Amino acid sequence: MEIPYTFEVRRDTGLTNGKIGLWLFLASEVMLFGALFASYILIRTGAPNWPRGDTILNVPLATFNTIVLISSSVTMVMAWASLVRGSFATFRIYMGATILLGFVFLVVKYFEYSHKFHDGLYPSTNNFLAIYFTLTGLHMLHVAGGMALNAWFWGPGAKLWKTNPVWFTNRVEHSGLFWHFVDLVWIFLFPTLYLL
Amino acid sequence: MTQPGAVTAPQPHVAHQSHHEELGFWRQYVFSVDHKVIGIQYAITGLLFLLFGFSLMMLMRWQLAYPGAALPLVGNLFGEARMPGGTMLPEFYNELGAMHGTIMVFLGVVPLAVGGFGNFVVPLQIGAPDMAFPRLNMASYWFFFLGGVTMLASFFVPGGAAQSGWTSYTPLSVLAGTGQTMWLIGMLFLITSSLLGAVNFITTIIQLRVRGLTFMRFPFFVWTQLVTSFLLLLAFPPLQAAAIMQMMDRVAGTSFFMPSGLVVSGQVLTAAGGGNPLLWQHLFWFLAHPEVYVLILPAMGIVAEVIANNTRKPLWGYRSMVYSLMFLGFMSFLVWAHHMFMTGMGTAMAAFFQTTTMIISIPSVVILTALLISLWGGSIRFNTPMLFALGFLPMFGIGGLTGLPLGFNVSDIPLHDTYYVIGHFHYVVAPGTIFALFAGVYYWYPKATGRKMNETLGKIHFFGSLVCMNVIFMPMFLMGLAGVSRRLFDGGETYAFAQPVLHLNVVSSWGAWILAIFQIPFIFNFFWSIWKGEKTDENPWQATTLEWAAPSPPPHGNFLEPPQAYRGPYEYSVPGAARDYTPQHEA
Repeated sequence: MEIPYTFEVRRDTGLTNGKIGLWLFLASEVMLFGALFASYILIRTGAPNWPRGDTILNVPLATFNTIVLISSSVTMVMAWASLVRGSFATFRIYMGATILLGFVFLVVKYFEYSHKFHDGLYPSTNNFLAIYFTLTGLHMLHVAGGMALNAWFWGPGAKLWKTNPVWFTNRVEHSGLFWHFVDLVWIFLFPTLYLL
Repeated sequence: MTQPGAVTAPQPHVAHQSHHEELGFWRQYVFSVDHKVIGIQYAITGLLFLLFGFSLMMLMRWQLAYPGAALPLVGNLFGEARMPGGTMLPEFYNELGAMHGTIMVFLGVVPLAVGGFGNFVVPLQIGAPDMAFPRLNMASYWFFFLGGVTMLASFFVPGGAAQSGWTSYTPLSVLAGTGQTMWLIGMLFLITSSLLGAVNFITTIIQLRVRGLTFMRFPFFVWTQLVTSFLLLLAFPPLQAAAIMQMMDRVAGTSFFMPSGLVVSGQVLTAAGGGNPLLWQHLFWFLAHPEVYVLILPAMGIVAEVIANNTRKPLWGYRSMVYSLMFLGFMSFLVWAHHMFMTGMGTAMAAFFQTTTMIISIPSVVILTALLISLWGGSIRFNTPMLFALGFLPMFGIGGLTGLPLGFNVSDIPLHDTYYVIGHFHYVVAPGTIFALFAGVYYWYPKATGRKMNETLGKIHFFGSLVCMNVIFMPMFLMGLAGVSRRLFDGGETYAFAQPVLHLNVVSSWGAWILAIFQIPFIFNFFWSIWKGEKTDENPWQATTLEWAAPSPPPHGNFLEPPQAYRGPYEYSVPGAARDYTPQHEA
């Protein structure tokens, strides 16, 4: 049985099912991270003293990671644009680069975490670190999820390109929307945790 | 985002035939992607959880009516750790209370109302072949199932299930036993399930409605499911955030909800402190207030369908109902802290939230009034679904009106921790929502099975339940007004002020046990009618909406040929028409 508007656009809404579904999912993600940011504000305003992020965290590493993630968003767009132009080989290169950059981000994050643990700084140490580990941990889960999705489209999922290129391009675009969202969350996290 | 045939969908080649798949038993009935099978899975699981949650309550009612007395017959089954000699320990009472609330709300009513009826009815009512994302739909059910299993399993971990109330208030819940961790894991599964469901419902309703089915031609039930899905989509994530933080507090030793210098049993806790216990309440009620509307809106949708069908008239004020519904959905995000007037959050906050609470009562009253006026001048058919729908109106009315004093800061404070709140809330959900859900079961049963449920048994079920529900919950208002706290495990026996009303506990309890007996005709009817019920054609109620254009039961893919909508949803008794109903799909 065929579900209508899986890859063709419904004329009166101008959208495919997948795109609406993805935007709705992102709306719920905004509420998830929004609630955590709100909790951060409430706890911080109620605290008698609160450390500045750069006294505890490593700003240069995080700056590097910010650049990594923004670059990965660019390569993600390039991957999708390659498909729009019909060039599957370029798609593979850019998608591979996106996954690789995500991996670099996680590796840097691993070093940051282990450095903190080495210094005896744990989530239980104080509420600044509690919110730092919770927010960045949840974000890392999202990065890993986005990488898994991208890896699927880079590898086995790419078979769809041969049978239904329009649908495949759409799905890569949706994956890209999610990836940009993950990037955007980091762009909020970086100043909130490291600089303020 | 995966769809069936994701890998193998050659564009021109997808043959549009309904049952070309020869599915085995597992794919057809267990891991099915058909929205109707998933809907029935949800509904049956939800009904079983309702029965289970009700059983927990019947145990509690024994302790409340006869505190300290050994429970006859089954009292010894619960072991020495919970009921030594058949007498309930306070810890077990707390366990039952927390799990009764959790199970009824998250595993009973919502899965039945949204997962069950939403899944089964919405695609049919909009003329769609299935949900927009069938495999996501299946995943949604199985996440729900995992959540349910986790909650049930938590009864067997050391220390038993969660004991900190269905609200899991901090810091109590952070300090509680393993059962609370299980509760949080279970909630994460349930939240994932409802997220997938919400995305799927909204996409389906917007994208898959058939030609001619504009938004203002939607059956009211579809509207309620649409608004409900938005509430689930946007209100659950903050609870997820809160659950993650509570999990961190419990497992990683953080202090999100732990204040500095907390003293427990004479000892200062070693946690870092600096957290905010009220933060949990804010995040919890930011979900749980919209959740109240998740419980009630689908019920209103079912009642609207049944009333329009059985009065043989269009709904009165359809448009104002739809606009009220949207306003209700929006406002439900702005009233949460009326659950927190007792917390001392400050008068400015209280003033804001009591104002929004009064505002939100207006659209609810508009919808209820429109349903009531819809009865005026109709030649009403009093079949079982209609009786339950009619029962809903006054019961929900009582529940709603008794809520007004709770919305005002001043009158809430003396009432808040009493049985009055229990009475109010249960009037909304038990004889309110659950009656509407029964109406839905009787109404759509012929669509799912091709047979009607027995009317006589249905009427015994209705009248018995109606009387018992009132016998259970009406006394709670009296006890509450007398000041009996709702958290006492002995029902107020040791509480001097409660003595004049204590006997009402016995009345309530017997009401609950007799209510259980009146569910037996329903359970019997439900299974017996599958094989022995009166056979029906595709439209036994002479209804107008699109689901009745499909065969009963509909095949995979639903409609023999895609229908088209030519008119509004409730064209009953159109002057000059040959019959007293004009279906939407007829040109």
